[in-house]
Amino acid sequence: MKLNVNGDEHEIACSTLAELMAALDYEGSWLATAVNGELVHAADRDGWRLRDHDRIEILSPMKGG
Amino acid sequence: MLQVYDTEITSRLLLGTAGYPSPAVLSDAVRASQTQIVTVSLRRETAGGKAGGAFFELIRELGTKILPNTAGCHTAKEAVLTAKMAREVFRTNWIKLEVIGNHDTLQPDVFALVEAARILSNEGFEVFPYTTDDLVVAERLLEAGCRVLMPWCAPIGSAMGPQNLSALRSMRAHFPDVPLIVDAGIGRPSHAATVMELGFDAVLLNTAVAGAGDPALMASGFARAIEAGRQAFEAGVLEPRDMAVPSTPVIGKAVFS
Repeated sequence: MKLNVNGDEHEIACSTLAELMAALDYEGSWLATAVNGELVHAADRDGWRLRDHDRIEILSPMKGG
Repeated sequence: MLQVYDTEITSRLLLGTAGYPSPAVLSDAVRASQTQIVTVSLRRETAGGKAGGAFFELIRELGTKILPNTAGCHTAKEAVLTAKMAREVFRTNWIKLEVIGNHDTLQPDVFALVEAARILSNEGFEVFPYTTDDLVVAERLLEAGCRVLMPWCAPIGSAMGPQNLSALRSMRAHFPDVPLIVDAGIGRPSHAATVMELGFDAVLLNTAVAGAGDPALMASGFARAIEAGRQAFEAGVLEPRDMAVPSTPVIGKAVFS
C-alpha cells in the first residue's frame, strides 16, 4: 500500500494506523495523528483502517512562541 | 491577579519556548521569568524519534500551564485540525490561535482567524486569538466565543515594540473587561512596561528573551518591567503637560534681594 507519512512516500504492508506506526517505529503517548486532514484519536488507531494513498500526519510536542 | 478563562494567574508574563540556545537555558529563563504559562507547538515527528517526548517532559517538569499554538497555519482548516491534535497531546482546551495571512509580516489572516475561533469555541476550546489591534475584528472574535484577545504590537520577532499606541489605547478603552494580552513585537522591557502602563493585562514574549545574550537575566528584567508597568497603571499615571510645573512649593519662598 502506498502511503504518505509526514510528507514522505512509503510503500508498506499494513492495514491499520496502529500497525503503520509500529512498522515505522513511532511510539509514545505524546504523539497526535491525523489521516487525510481528520484527527484520529490515539484510542482509535488500532481500528483505523488505512487505504491506498492516505495522507498521515504524526505530530509531536515542539518548542513554540 | 488576572483571570483568563477559568484560570487565575498572578504572573502577567507569558513566555514562548522557542529559540533558546539549549533546553537548560530555556528552563532557567522560564524559572527566572516566574511565568505560569508557556507556549508550545506541534511539529512532525521523525520515525523512531523521541525528540517530542523529551521536550514534553522538560516542559512538564517546569510545572507551568501549557498554551499550545497553531503557529504556521495559513487556513482555518489547518488551524482547527492543529488545535484538535494539540488538545489530544497536551490535554488542554487552551489554544493560542494563529492563522497567518502574510509571509513577510506574519500578520494574522483575521477573516480565517474569526472563522477558526468560532469553530473551536463551539467545540469547547478556550481560544487565545493572535490578532491585530483592529476593533471590529476584536468584536467579531468576542462574538465567536473568545474571552481573551491577544493583539500584536508589532510583527512577530521584530522587536520593534509598540507601533501604534493610539490603537492600543483605543482597544483598552473599548474592551475594559476583556483580558488583553499583547502578543508579538515586544523587543525590550521598556516596551512591555509601556503596554502595561496603558492597562494591558499581560504580555506574551519569546524572541526578546530567547535571543538575549543572557535569556534568564532578560526574563527576570521583563518580569520586573511588566510588574512595574502594571503597578503604574493601577496607581494612575500622570498625564503629560505642555508647560513646566514646579514641584517645590512656591509659597513661602525666601526673598533675598
